[in-house]
Amino acid sequence: MPLYHTEDQAMLADTARQFMSDEGTIAKQLRHWRDKQCKDGFGHALWKQFAELGFTGILVAEADGGLGMGHVEAGIVLEEIGRNLTPSPFLTSSVMAATALGGGSADLRGRYLPGLLAGDSVFAVAIDEGPKHRPERIATRAERAGNGFRITGGKAFVVHGGSADMLVVAARTAGADDDNDGITLFAVPKDAAGLSQDAVRLVDSSMATHVKLDGVQVDADAVIGEVDAGRELLNRVLNAGRVGAAAESVGVAGGAFDMTTTYLKQRKQFGQLIGEFQALQHRAAHLYSELEIARASVIKAQQLLDAGSDKAELMVSVAKAKAGKAASLAVKEGVQMHGGIGMTDEYDIGLYMKRDRALSEFMGDMYYHAERVAQLSGY
Amino acid sequence: MSDLEAFRAEIRAWLEENCPPEMRQPARSDDDICWGGRKFKFKNEAQKQWLERCAAKGYTVPDWPKPYGGAGMSPAEAKIWREEMNRIGARPPLSSFGIWMLGPALLKFGTEEQKVHYLNQIARGEIRWCQGYSEPGSGSDLVSLQTYGEDKGDHWVVNGQKIWTSYADKADWIFCLVRTDKTNKYQGISFLLFDMESPGVSTKPILLISGNSPFCETFFDNVKVPKYQIVGELNRGWDVAKYLLGHEREMISGAGGNDRLNTIGAFAKRNGLEDPLLRAELAMFDVDALAFSAMGEKFLDEIKVGKAHPAQPNMMKYAGTELNKRRHELLMAAGGSAALEWDSEASGGGSKARTWLRTKANSIEGGTSEVMLNVISKRILDLPGA
Repeated sequence: MPLYHTEDQAMLADTARQFMSDEGTIAKQLRHWRDKQCKDGFGHALWKQFAELGFTGILVAEADGGLGMGHVEAGIVLEEIGRNLTPSPFLTSSVMAATALGGGSADLRGRYLPGLLAGDSVFAVAIDEGPKHRPERIATRAERAGNGFRITGGKAFVVHGGSADMLVVAARTAGADDDNDGITLFAVPKDAAGLSQDAVRLVDSSMATHVKLDGVQVDADAVIGEVDAGRELLNRVLNAGRVGAAAESVGVAGGAFDMTTTYLKQRKQFGQLIGEFQALQHRAAHLYSELEIARASVIKAQQLLDAGSDKAELMVSVAKAKAGKAASLAVKEGVQMHGGIGMTDEYDIGLYMKRDRALSEFMGDMYYHAERVAQLSGY
Repeated sequence: MSDLEAFRAEIRAWLEENCPPEMRQPARSDDDICWGGRKFKFKNEAQKQWLERCAAKGYTVPDWPKPYGGAGMSPAEAKIWREEMNRIGARPPLSSFGIWMLGPALLKFGTEEQKVHYLNQIARGEIRWCQGYSEPGSGSDLVSLQTYGEDKGDHWVVNGQKIWTSYADKADWIFCLVRTDKTNKYQGISFLLFDMESPGVSTKPILLISGNSPFCETFFDNVKVPKYQIVGELNRGWDVAKYLLGHEREMISGAGGNDRLNTIGAFAKRNGLEDPLLRAELAMFDVDALAFSAMGEKFLDEIKVGKAHPAQPNMMKYAGTELNKRRHELLMAAGGSAALEWDSEASGGGSKARTWLRTKANSIEGGTSEVMLNVISKRILDLPGA
């Protein structure tokens, strides 16, 4: 399959670009909700609009009322989200939770997917238990109790946890904390007894929670997939989240880059446009090159995932690491090349820097994923 | 089964039957590479057989039209060919500046007669070409070149000097930029083809820091070139040259290479990889190498259907050569003192050290990294005054 968008995908990209640049702008969304100190960090009206356009169902099977598309299509929406820094629960709900639910029973899918498709529900995914992404280690335990399970443990920095109607929780039903096997995924409703969350606002104005699971009782039908054998489904959720975050990073980088090159063509110093200085031209050209390469690695990873290739895992880590590196360079160069105004809150370039920082950390930073590339390559 | 799946099966079966086992090993040194040409000596029977079998099917230039020696493959088919070649680690049957550089220029600018004549020779590996571009005073500022062709009616008489002519001493013919109008800088250059055995042509190898001499100085002393050996219009050779440079840059970038050879961490481990910081650098490198592989694939997909920016080969060249330099720095570090050996048999005649040194030219030849960045600034980013 060629590494560019099909005609249908290009049309979706046009729709997403138009929509996000009309409705998802920094002024209308990110700044608006930030300045209101919104407890969700995003607007529910926009989330409804996502649903009306069908975005919420991109990764939901047609049999379940979705569009049955793939990671290339989800990535198209995410890139535009990144470009406009549009806050939304798309990545956690429509990409990660939808992937989890796709591996769940008909009963679970019937319970949760209609709300997602309609843009009425928000889901979060609770995997990590500390400040770094370490899904290999899961200490939260679920023990059989009554008709189901009792879950005890803690989850850290759960993005959109506070506004989620349901949390996908990865817990251990067997084995030791670092074991590969013995993982089970649960769909835990927000009002389950014993579930409490402490909200934290992050540098990019997004909201996350620290989740405490204090003997949370769930029925057996809250299990997503199979008991003890949830690692494979968890990996699918992680791959979806990682490649999705990488696509969003490419958008963040592209937005920062466009802003910066525009500025280079407007700002005058020493009687000339600063974009005429070769010192800046070469850095901009290098950045362009890094961005193009990152974009290529992301679409390659998306296609491999969609094709179910056994090379997908490696390429997803390559994409997450490369997109993170490129976006980090884009925002740093962006602030520097803007000079003093790049440091002001009034100017948007700093918002790109903040979002990149949070997005790089989400689902593993470049160090984590470079390490994975080494391991998957056998060294 | 779709047509493409059937095609893949056909290619796979053909390769299985026809690619000699010796040709499924990575090339270890320059003489493992089949360059073809009148003076070429095959290293072994397998190398010769592999070339002949591929040439008979048009597989040395799979996407060229059949009348010109190719197999007439579509972009999708050519991609399958590359994938199947990479799958078994097959060496290219023929490496040549004719395929990578002159061929595409002839396909675009050549007359029908030139295409039939020269392209078939290239496809069969009969004629080895070299490129006469740079001159002692014209490196990055190539358009200032001075080699002059004086109009003598039905031919030109060419005088001047080229430098950094890759393998000029081994080549049969040269494609050469020659000034045919001294009053017009850009529109005063013509693109000429001539035999390196023409009276008045001489070459002198240049010893490089690698201890090898892949480049020559090439001298022209009253060389007679018939007028029909021009490609494109008189004084419009710069258009041909620029077009060809795009292909040269694409070639130097290494786009379309094999992932197994592009990444180095697993390879370095065989020598023992005890240093955690080196391992980390190798991992970061492999991230970049695999991402660049995807870039190469995307670029080749896009260029075939006209979706790539026309200046994108400059970006590919910049990124690919900088990456390759880093690759060989790390391979030297991973190899330790063993990588320093200069002439022992165990070291393949110092191949690690010599290759490392050779790669330093990658970001100079065919346009320096700095020139590439200038071109990206100007033509892709549209930055002012660049």
